[in-house]
Amino acid sequence: MGPAFLILASFLACSVEMVEALTIILAVGVTRGWRAALVGMTCGIVALAVIVGALGPALLLVPINALRVVVGTILLIFGLQWLRKAILRAGGHKALHDEAAIYQRELAEAQAAGREVRIGLDWYGFTLSFKGVLLEGLEVAFIVLTFGSTAAADGRGSIQLAALGAAGAVVWVTAVGVAVHKPLSRVPENWMKFAVGAMLTTFGTFWGGEGIGVIWPGSDGAILAILGFVLFAALVMVTVLRKQREQRPGPALVHAA
Amino acid sequence: MRQLKAFYAFWYDFIIGDDWTVAVGVIALFAIIWLVPTSHAVAWLIVPIVVMLLLAFSVWRLANPRSST
Repeated sequence: MGPAFLILASFLACSVEMVEALTIILAVGVTRGWRAALVGMTCGIVALAVIVGALGPALLLVPINALRVVVGTILLIFGLQWLRKAILRAGGHKALHDEAAIYQRELAEAQAAGREVRIGLDWYGFTLSFKGVLLEGLEVAFIVLTFGSTAAADGRGSIQLAALGAAGAVVWVTAVGVAVHKPLSRVPENWMKFAVGAMLTTFGTFWGGEGIGVIWPGSDGAILAILGFVLFAALVMVTVLRKQREQRPGPALVHAA
Repeated sequence: MRQLKAFYAFWYDFIIGDDWTVAVGVIALFAIIWLVPTSHAVAWLIVPIVVMLLLAFSVWRLANPRSST
């Protein structure tokens, strides 16, 4: 896997999660005050950095084949989950993630909550912002750690490179968020999730396979072939679901995370 | 005990999500390929194809909840 792929995968995954975290931070900032929102966000980012910093070196100590099997299996299960949701959304069987609607809901909940001050901060605002960044960011930390450590063990990358992609996403989403001052509802979030799901599935298949002894023809070149196959199969599934939806419209779509 | 359950529920939802059949299928696939002597020429073909069949099954199950029960 080239470094560009590593950076791109963590950049896209982090962008998706950052857009969701930004919605929460904006809702907290507007209703509860910016101090609690920004302190909560900063603490969340620091907690994520500590997790990556502590677990990263530990993962590098695991033998390469065990790392490939374990990481490959988890990445594959995790990636198929992302891809499945993106396929169901693109196929019209699940409601698209609506950041504007989520923002309005968060806004109403934050306005209705009582005010309790702890360590000089609005505690509701702080915890909501902190949890939002930490929970959305955990998936990114997971991807940065698994991608980075396996690429490092293969001698084709590093955790730092994966973290660079994630940091780039934090910078662009924050910059756009500050500029527009509202949820980023125009970001093609589902297609980004689709791309990340396809990448995670591809690398999970490749590394998991390598770990159990599969010899891929063309070595690293097989990654592109697997990615092409995964994208093709996923797009076929989207087409079939869309046709199914047209032929027999089902009940109202359900919003899901 | 409640915290332990919440911890388990968080990681279950985080990794496995709303369809456990994919996780079971992936683990079974890797275990079978690893344990059963398989030609490498076959193994590299089987893995991606079975993974996509698992995905298709899972998508179908969630898109047609009534027919899967």
